[in-house]
Amino acid sequence: MKAKKIAAGMVALLAMSGLAQAQISDSVVKIGVLTDLSGQYSDLAGHGSVLATKMAIEDFVAAEKPAFKIEMVTADHLNKADIASAKAREWFEREGVDTVSDVVTTPVALAVMKVAKDKNRLVLGTAPAASSITNENCNDVTIHYGYDTYALANGTAKAVTQQGGKSWFFLTADYAFGHTVEKDASAVVTAQGGKVLGNARHPFPGSDFSSFLLKAQASGAQVIGLANAGADMANSIKQAAEFGITPTQSLAGLLIFISDVHSLGLKNTQGMYLTTGFYWDRNDETRAWSKRFFEQQKKMPTMIHAAQYSAVYQYLKAVKATGTDDTQKVMAQMKKTPINDFFAWGGKIRDDGRMVHDMYLVQVKKPSESKYPWDYYTIKATIPGDEAFQSLADSRCPLIKK
Amino acid sequence: MEILGMPTAVLASQLLVGLINGSFYAVLSLGLAIIFGLLNIINFAHGAMYMMGAFVAWIALTKFGISYWGALVIAPVLVGAFGVAIERILLRRLYKLDHLYGLLLTFGLALIVEGVFRDQFGISGQSYEVPEALAGGIPLGFMFLPTYRAWVVVAALTVCFGTWFMIEKTKLGAYLRAGTENPQIVQALGINVPVLITLTYGFGVALAAFAGVLAAPVFQVSPVMGSNLLIVVFAVVVIGGMGSILGSIFTGLGLGVIEGLTKVVYPEGSSIVVFVVMVIVLFIRPAGLFGRS
Repeated sequence: MKAKKIAAGMVALLAMSGLAQAQISDSVVKIGVLTDLSGQYSDLAGHGSVLATKMAIEDFVAAEKPAFKIEMVTADHLNKADIASAKAREWFEREGVDTVSDVVTTPVALAVMKVAKDKNRLVLGTAPAASSITNENCNDVTIHYGYDTYALANGTAKAVTQQGGKSWFFLTADYAFGHTVEKDASAVVTAQGGKVLGNARHPFPGSDFSSFLLKAQASGAQVIGLANAGADMANSIKQAAEFGITPTQSLAGLLIFISDVHSLGLKNTQGMYLTTGFYWDRNDETRAWSKRFFEQQKKMPTMIHAAQYSAVYQYLKAVKATGTDDTQKVMAQMKKTPINDFFAWGGKIRDDGRMVHDMYLVQVKKPSESKYPWDYYTIKATIPGDEAFQSLADSRCPLIKK
Repeated sequence: MEILGMPTAVLASQLLVGLINGSFYAVLSLGLAIIFGLLNIINFAHGAMYMMGAFVAWIALTKFGISYWGALVIAPVLVGAFGVAIERILLRRLYKLDHLYGLLLTFGLALIVEGVFRDQFGISGQSYEVPEALAGGIPLGFMFLPTYRAWVVVAALTVCFGTWFMIEKTKLGAYLRAGTENPQIVQALGINVPVLITLTYGFGVALAAFAGVLAAPVFQVSPVMGSNLLIVVFAVVVIGGMGSILGSIFTGLGLGVIEGLTKVVYPEGSSIVVFVVMVIVLFIRPAGLFGRS
């Protein structure tokens, strides 16, 4: 009899463990980091995003001791939408990847979101910029985590206009991203009682911006809004200084990462206002994490890297809480869990997929004010999440019922 | 007063800016033209060599404290030596084959060099300051001319015409031209043609590096700075007439100006205007403006 009882117990146990295993497909939670490992965004996302993911997984395992295994796979999408969607499909179909994260550059993100929707897997968009991801292009498997063009334009353009920069001229990269930023920022400037005097749309990518800058100078605008990014933005700033445009007219960068400030140097960027979702030197918590990141990467994290860590950690927490890697269940859990970590305090994921959190308006320090390496920003204002991001009422996302 | 729908002041400033860009094109396309004209190699690695020149200047300054003026000498010498090594080890084996092999080899080389720099220095680029002696600018009335840019035009044109003079007017240049025209006879006269060819390639590469040092204070020193420029420079060489030295100098300057003006009149077209000019020129003169057909 005793043997029978033990056998019965064992069967029950086996069945239970089998059940538990069935909840997590292949008994592994697999996170795919799909990013730009070699191209023009490889400094602000790229290897740093891979490291941030690794740190999140390690910290999660140490703190939460989950019963499931976690794996990470990475790939370089070369900033090409077709390569990205092919890779995402392969990951979902053959490698059992549960979520794709980072997806820097908007076209890449949009392509991956489509595949993920087909396959019902999660996208953690920590790096793409366009606010359309949670507007007309939104879907129920995507979370837009770090920042977006609306928040950036809103933060910087509003602050600069309020401080007296009433007339603007835009230097705009001639593709979807540039146009979106220019549009978002123009709306803010006009709403604040400012005026947009004109724009110059430069080919993307470009290298010499002197002709456009001279045009901006001739416009007499107080502020030249830089609706471009990366190397284009860096060269515009450098050449504006060269032609004596700054400091007579001031520049407002609409998408600037700390990696850009680092590579340009404070001499070229001093005094500029910009909006960011993260600054490493903000408080003890951000410093502690950033220093760990720095030890391995030899660079301070950008807001994308911090967002990547936070998003992956939140995701894993939701998997543990629900005991499954089923996309819709995890998504529902993530949407109802407030986010409180070094990246976002009081953050929340809305129904349109937008993760709403505080943003920071910062001013770049003068070389004389910078006391130690990477001491670059003075935080001028904290913009509360609900003010920083587009309101749900204005959302064009079909998921939002009005 | 208005010309082409813009005030003369704006026009003048754009002409000047165009001329400055044109001088970069001129130095770069000059190197390409020499290498093609005398070696028959389509040097796709030229952009990478230009980028290396800028990086050598940056490394020399930040790691060894060598000033801009030192870099103007060191970078062309070092990168030129690299070119010599490439010619000796690799290119030499290809002369008897089709042009295409040289193109493929140099293209692959460019990818490798760029990859290595990207891996080492990241993509965002490094900042290189304008040397103190050339900082500031001159108010011209219609525009503010950065002293450094004025220097770029002067330095570039001096180097261009010096090179032209050396190749067209000196004995060494005569040997070079003869050596590529008929190597056997020149060799028989006791002149070491292979060494001549090696040095030519090295010199062409050094010119690219020189342009790289000139560019360092103007653009971010970045691994992709060369590939961005290379296509335009190739168009310049084709328009000027493959291998023509004067052709590449004048076309380089001219196209810089045309591009600059397009940026004001119709900015969207500025990235293709060079190629539109190329199509028109090739229709009318298939060998290029200065080409000998």
